[in-house]
Amino acid sequence: MRNTLLKLLTPLFAVVSALIVSALFIMATGRNPLDIYQKMFSMTFGSDYGTGQIVFRTTSLILTGLAVAIPFKVKLFNIGGEGQVLAGALAAATTGILLPSQTPPLVAISICTLTAMMAGSAVALFAGWLKVRFSVNEVISTIMLNFIVQAFVGYMLTWHLAVPSTVHTPEIIQSAQLPMFDSVIGIWNKSPANFSTLLALASCLGAWVMMFKTTAGYEMRAVGLQPEAAEYGGINPNKLILKAMATGGAMAGLASTNLVLGYKHFYEAGLTSGIGFTGIAVALLAFSNPLWIIASALLFGFLDYGGLTVNAYVPKDIFMVVQAITILMVLVLTKKSR
Amino acid sequence: MNDVVISLSGISRSFGEFYANRDIALDIRSGSIHAIVGENGAGKSTLTKIIYGLLAPSSGSLSIKGNAVRFTSPRQAIEAGIGMVHQHFMLIENLTVTENIMLGDEGGSFFAPLKTKEAARKIVSIAQAHGLDVDPDSLVSDLSVGEEQRVEILKLLYRDADILILDEPTAVLTPSETSRLFATLASLRDEGKTVILITHKLDEVLDVSDMVSVMSKGKVVATKPTAAVTKPDLARLMVGRSVLLRVENPPDRPGEVIVKASDLSFVDRKGRKRLTSLGFEIRAGEIYGIAGVEGNGQSELLSILWGMTEPGSRIDGSITVNGLSLNEMSTKEIAAMGISHIPENRLRHAVIKEFSVSDNIIFGRHRERSFSRFAGFNTKSVHDYTKKIIDRYDIRYDMQSNPPLSALSGGNQQKIVLGREIERPELKLLILAQPTRGVDIGAIEMIHKKIIEARDKNIAILLISSELDELISLSSRIGCIYKGSIRHEFSAAEILKGRSSEQDLEKEIGMFIT
Ligand SMILES: Nc1ncnc2c1ncn2[C@@H]1O[C@H](COP(=O)(O)OP(=O)(O)OP(=O)(O)O)[C@@H](O)[C@H]1O
Ligand SMILES: [Mg+2]
Repeated sequence: MRNTLLKLLTPLFAVVSALIVSALFIMATGRNPLDIYQKMFSMTFGSDYGTGQIVFRTTSLILTGLAVAIPFKVKLFNIGGEGQVLAGALAAATTGILLPSQTPPLVAISICTLTAMMAGSAVALFAGWLKVRFSVNEVISTIMLNFIVQAFVGYMLTWHLAVPSTVHTPEIIQSAQLPMFDSVIGIWNKSPANFSTLLALASCLGAWVMMFKTTAGYEMRAVGLQPEAAEYGGINPNKLILKAMATGGAMAGLASTNLVLGYKHFYEAGLTSGIGFTGIAVALLAFSNPLWIIASALLFGFLDYGGLTVNAYVPKDIFMVVQAITILMVLVLTKKSR
Repeated sequence: MNDVVISLSGISRSFGEFYANRDIALDIRSGSIHAIVGENGAGKSTLTKIIYGLLAPSSGSLSIKGNAVRFTSPRQAIEAGIGMVHQHFMLIENLTVTENIMLGDEGGSFFAPLKTKEAARKIVSIAQAHGLDVDPDSLVSDLSVGEEQRVEILKLLYRDADILILDEPTAVLTPSETSRLFATLASLRDEGKTVILITHKLDEVLDVSDMVSVMSKGKVVATKPTAAVTKPDLARLMVGRSVLLRVENPPDRPGEVIVKASDLSFVDRKGRKRLTSLGFEIRAGEIYGIAGVEGNGQSELLSILWGMTEPGSRIDGSITVNGLSLNEMSTKEIAAMGISHIPENRLRHAVIKEFSVSDNIIFGRHRERSFSRFAGFNTKSVHDYTKKIIDRYDIRYDMQSNPPLSALSGGNQQKIVLGREIERPELKLLILAQPTRGVDIGAIEMIHKKIIEARDKNIAILLISSELDELISLSSRIGCIYKGSIRHEFSAAEILKGRSSEQDLEKEIGMFIT
């Protein structure tokens, strides 16, 4: 009992001490850190809109975090989250544009979501297949796939999909758009937070159940922890590698629905802005535990948006330092407790 | 000669509520071989880890050569002249013997050239003095288990350790390697070094040690000069009752042929011939023993039987179970035929250290209907089954804390694998490699009984063991494996007769395996 309490308090303690260290940096720029923190707080969790922004960012990061965490259970390092989100975004946008406009919402949303997941999944699965078939290291293949997907998506946008003289596609049909929290239950006023947050939370729960409660998860953990023993136990590691990569990629694909179906309603260049890479940090910080990922993504979401809010007072670079310090502190201080 | 070199008083170590060592007082004399025996989980490894600085005692004091010490890491123990050979060797495969031995003790500054030649000379001279010969230039990956162990001991001597701790060093050795090791230990003792030796083989204790301590339930219950005790004495002190040192083996009733290998050959990935027209049969309800010196094809035979041959190798001839060829089958398909396999290196191949006890008890059997519900597990039936195996195989650990397998004592980890594999439902064939390695004599008695019970349930059993007395007391027939084929087979009648004059039979077997 005392132990679990300690476990829960450590990350909190880490965040607080990171704030203290960061305060020194802010002081060095000649600002009063308390002032800045106060401003930051009032514009993030202190405001309805700010909270919504954080929820929106957290949602994407939860999913890209899962994209790393799930393959990591079989000791695969999926660096390809960025490419997988992009593939998903392009798929979601294209499907959303092509669907007949009278498609009922539930059908339209389902179809777009599924194609996004399938696109992300396919990219990751390809890396998995290279691993299983040719023993290509997945770190290298997923990085290469990032380049390939980026180039392909860029090409498709500029040459085929973009609305003339813009860098975005046309809007997806109305019924494919995910409802906003604001318009349905009236919270998080005007913020981009939308119903895909629920999908993200459900995915965490699902991933946790899969990892710790199902036979497939049991086998995955066995392969990750002791591959030789797993083979003796009649477990086929290759199948699990493919499964884990496919599921991870699907999660990254799902992240794109938050952006395309929930927020912008079209795909535009730079929409994914590195969330795939941040997902790596999110997963590492959470030790790849799907439930801890929620907390970890929330921290990153907060730092991300919090930095923007005080942009006018503290140079962006300083705030990036603050972000990095926070993450390092959390890592150092939670190291022992888990 | 008789001064005390290690003195423990009031040493306790707890894990949570559970005491692995409780109030231990023990003096170890300089220049002696001091054996520690005790049941699985008695606390032997814990005690040596405390002496070596790997675990800190919860209370009590330790003094080395008259100085009170409080080690916080093995580094300090090493400086005090203590060295430990772990059961799992800690060598780096891709480095040579010399490089491994020098590791961590290279001397000189960071950029100074490695004095490999000099080191190699020193190694050779230590090795010659104590019968520890290994080629200092060969790669560790090319060494046999016995040689690796010699490297571990050399490593300690190279660092001038004068107190050596060996935790179950003979578990992985062949009988001839064991006697070599003991000759080495005796020569070290004669030189004034102190040896602490943990073993489950009481004959070894009587053979080689000067003093023996018996541990039970975390306490040292007796410390005596070895000359003053007998094997049954020790057994009784350990287990608290007298132990059957030989299992009862009622006549068997062999049925139809289950396993049939004929003209079986195997060429490994590097093109070396490992099995040459090997042939044998195992019937339902009989135990077929295979005697042989390690490295004569046993591992290859096992890998074929378990569908785990390395890619690039080739099998010729046939091996069938119930008439079905195993050549192209996967491990999963083989297991599904009702075949259980207890591999020799269980801690590496048969368990997941980080998993809980119950997750390990279903490992490899986790797809069985009775354990599953929807896509997951039926927690209740897994839990009940775990309890059943734990009771039946006398697996001892602190159940309250639901620890990972790695927190169990070595022998109790072994018993989990045995229980799981012997109890597989619809079992047709049981493959046992060194089944009693690492378990105490009480457990050996129990395991031998279970093996006979399994046989009497009409299960075919293949038993590979380096303990000749185990083979003789359990097997219906014994095949002697030598250079990849069965060189001679002892019939049921010969074995039965041989049991009354075991020494002779052992000698005879010995002739066919060397
Ligand atoms: N890290 C740990 N956490 C919890 N319990 C532990 C831990 N290490 C050891 N124990 C417990 O302490 C007891 C003694 O273990 P130890 O390994 O010393 O036994 P042992 O005498 O060496 O047995 P064996 O002959 O089976 O190797 C066991 O019951 C074990 O479960
Ligand atoms: Mg032990």
